[in-house]
Amino acid sequence: MRFYHKTFRKNMSSNLEQVQNINNPEATSKLRFWGNVFLPLILLSLLIIVFLAIGPLGVFKAALPPIEEVSIQRIILQPNEITLKVVNDGPDPVTIAQVLVNESYWKFEMEPSQTLPRLGRGTIKIYYPWVEGNLEKIKLLSRNGITFDAEIPVATTSPSPNLQYLSSFALLGVYVGVIPVFLGLLWLPSLRRLKEKWYSFFLALTVGLLVFLGIESLVEAIETTEKAPAVYQGMGVLMLGFFIAILVLSAFSRKGSLASQEKGESYRKLMLAYSVAIGIGIHNLGEGLAIGGAYAVGEISLGALLVLGFMIHNVTEGVAIVAPIAKAGARLKQLVLMGLLAGVPTILGTWIGGFTYSAIWSVLFLAIGAGAIFQVVFSIMQYMAKPNLGSLFSFTNVWGFLLGLAVMYVTGFFVTI
Amino acid sequence: MLRSDVLRKALLFTFAVVIVMILHHFKEEVAACENCKEKEKKAHMGFGTVGEVGHQDYNPMTYLTDWNFSHLPTDQRSKFYKETKLSGGRLLREYWIYTVNKEIEIAPGVFFPAWTYNGQVPGPTIRATEGDLIRIHFLNQGDKPHTMHFHGFHPDSMDGAMPHQFVAPGDTFLYEFEADPVGVHLYHCHSVPLTQHIHKGLYGVYIVDPKIPKKPAKEFIMMLNAFDTNFDEENEVYAVNTVAFYYMKNPIKVNLEDLVRVYVVNIAEFDPINSFHLHANFFYEFRTGTSSTPNSYTDTIILGQAERSILEFKFKFPGQYMFHAHKTEFSELGWMGAFEVLP
Repeated sequence: MRFYHKTFRKNMSSNLEQVQNINNPEATSKLRFWGNVFLPLILLSLLIIVFLAIGPLGVFKAALPPIEEVSIQRIILQPNEITLKVVNDGPDPVTIAQVLVNESYWKFEMEPSQTLPRLGRGTIKIYYPWVEGNLEKIKLLSRNGITFDAEIPVATTSPSPNLQYLSSFALLGVYVGVIPVFLGLLWLPSLRRLKEKWYSFFLALTVGLLVFLGIESLVEAIETTEKAPAVYQGMGVLMLGFFIAILVLSAFSRKGSLASQEKGESYRKLMLAYSVAIGIGIHNLGEGLAIGGAYAVGEISLGALLVLGFMIHNVTEGVAIVAPIAKAGARLKQLVLMGLLAGVPTILGTWIGGFTYSAIWSVLFLAIGAGAIFQVVFSIMQYMAKPNLGSLFSFTNVWGFLLGLAVMYVTGFFVTI
Repeated sequence: MLRSDVLRKALLFTFAVVIVMILHHFKEEVAACENCKEKEKKAHMGFGTVGEVGHQDYNPMTYLTDWNFSHLPTDQRSKFYKETKLSGGRLLREYWIYTVNKEIEIAPGVFFPAWTYNGQVPGPTIRATEGDLIRIHFLNQGDKPHTMHFHGFHPDSMDGAMPHQFVAPGDTFLYEFEADPVGVHLYHCHSVPLTQHIHKGLYGVYIVDPKIPKKPAKEFIMMLNAFDTNFDEENEVYAVNTVAFYYMKNPIKVNLEDLVRVYVVNIAEFDPINSFHLHANFFYEFRTGTSSTPNSYTDTIILGQAERSILEFKFKFPGQYMFHAHKTEFSELGWMGAFEVLP
């Protein structure tokens, strides 16, 4: 405050202001400080008012046709009925005049109105005799004849949140998330017997697994941004999610490690294992969202092979969790908790993804997952490098890391959709 | 251990949030299949457009039976059409035709920024008897060079096609030629890019009647047209006389004893063919209408762009009968109508 006070005084020359300064210097300087803070904002509002009143000039004045953008967020199929959730993510209002299904005009009802204001949302209901297993194409025709397309690759009745679907999605989550993680955890006794060198190897392998998983999440998040309405700026959401995850978890783990100094080495390892479990858990939430969402919109049919593939792929996650505590030992209760932390979010993900899939939420969770995983990677590497930084790049570690990548690559063949 | 307690609570909390979200969702979505039968019926009756086109200057119903501005009141009509007797029973038919840019409604709520002759798509039908002298006072009120190019006999100066024959915006031109040969023809703008000038709406029907009049009949003019609204060189809307499904919602009324004569012209851009199919009936097809001998007796014909025919038929039974493109894709995109046969 003092600093500003001085600076401003130097700059001020008006007599009136000097008089005011003499009268009540402290209050005036405060006033000036806030005045200076708000001055640009006030001027900006004035400019906006003038701009709106006088109207845009020059290049803006051209009578351009309105730019119409509509994004079809979600398609829900019920027998003889297609429901679309749409959002206007363009700069101008859009009126949906007609709807075509498979190149046929078809009757529809739209709520709340056929005209969507900017960022307005609407629900379009079409009574259409769609065919199970067909590719169904939907086209919205605006007042100005612009078309917005959506495609259902394999039409099938959308899951509605009844007990049957909840339980089958939960079962799916258990298969692809919980069981594999627990299977991976079962390697703990074998890891425990390893010599120091091989222990380091497995930690490096874990880092490899996690880096693969992290990059996979990130790439999937980037790809998903394309599906989200442009106005939500998927890339911005991605960066926010990614860095929030990394930084918040880093701050927490720093606090945790400070607190754990008196509690000793094994406690630290335990914390590391928990953070790996949480990181993987968030990743699995994103993965669950993707699976549930893709299933709901008919992009994948979850064949037995795919579920099996996910199981094999995700067993590696269990290994990643137990590697830090291999030498430290943990109670069964703790292990179970870790497994649940890493696996259960898959169930939540499939539920949310299956019933209310939205691309932008997928981006957020995948980005947070990626951030969390990279944070865990840093933590493990920090832990491994504790004796000296050079030890990180021993051949044992390098081979371990590369083997981790390779394992993920090979098991990935089972889940390529 | 404290930490894992916190984690456990966090996990429980997450669970609770998700369950609340899902319960909330329950309310939003109506579950399962109630009144399935009714829905199935509704779904199968759902084809076609929603709503009606607004009232505008152009009415597809009157267009069917309107030539030489016959639907205008006399004082209005004289601004656009004048007949003068010439020697030998011939007529001088004078027309005042102008081009103008206009937004037209091609399906309920769907608007197309058209280029038009006299503010309508298709343009006004020009109909004369063989040997009549046709004189067109043409004014270009649009913002691009336009022409009127007639299918039929005329000297090269009246062809309205070569670049030097383009009529600049604001300019006028006098087209004059003899009505020849007998048949159903068309006129359109031949300015460039040609596809664009035609597709934007600059076309109309031109009929030359034989000197010996044909049998009296209920005559209808049908221009098969289509519109690409989103610039992908594929049509989003197909129609007879511009408005998708218009005659489906407003069937064309004829009497059982009527001889029906349809002048059908195909102008649709981008697609190689169009077609005309009539339900529960057969018609005599007079290709291009140039001969009094029918070319075929059928219920479906194929038409390339600018191909046209005169069709003659009578209905055997009263009721409603569809006519549509038997290129079914077009029919579901708007090219579908119906006759209502009154007993």
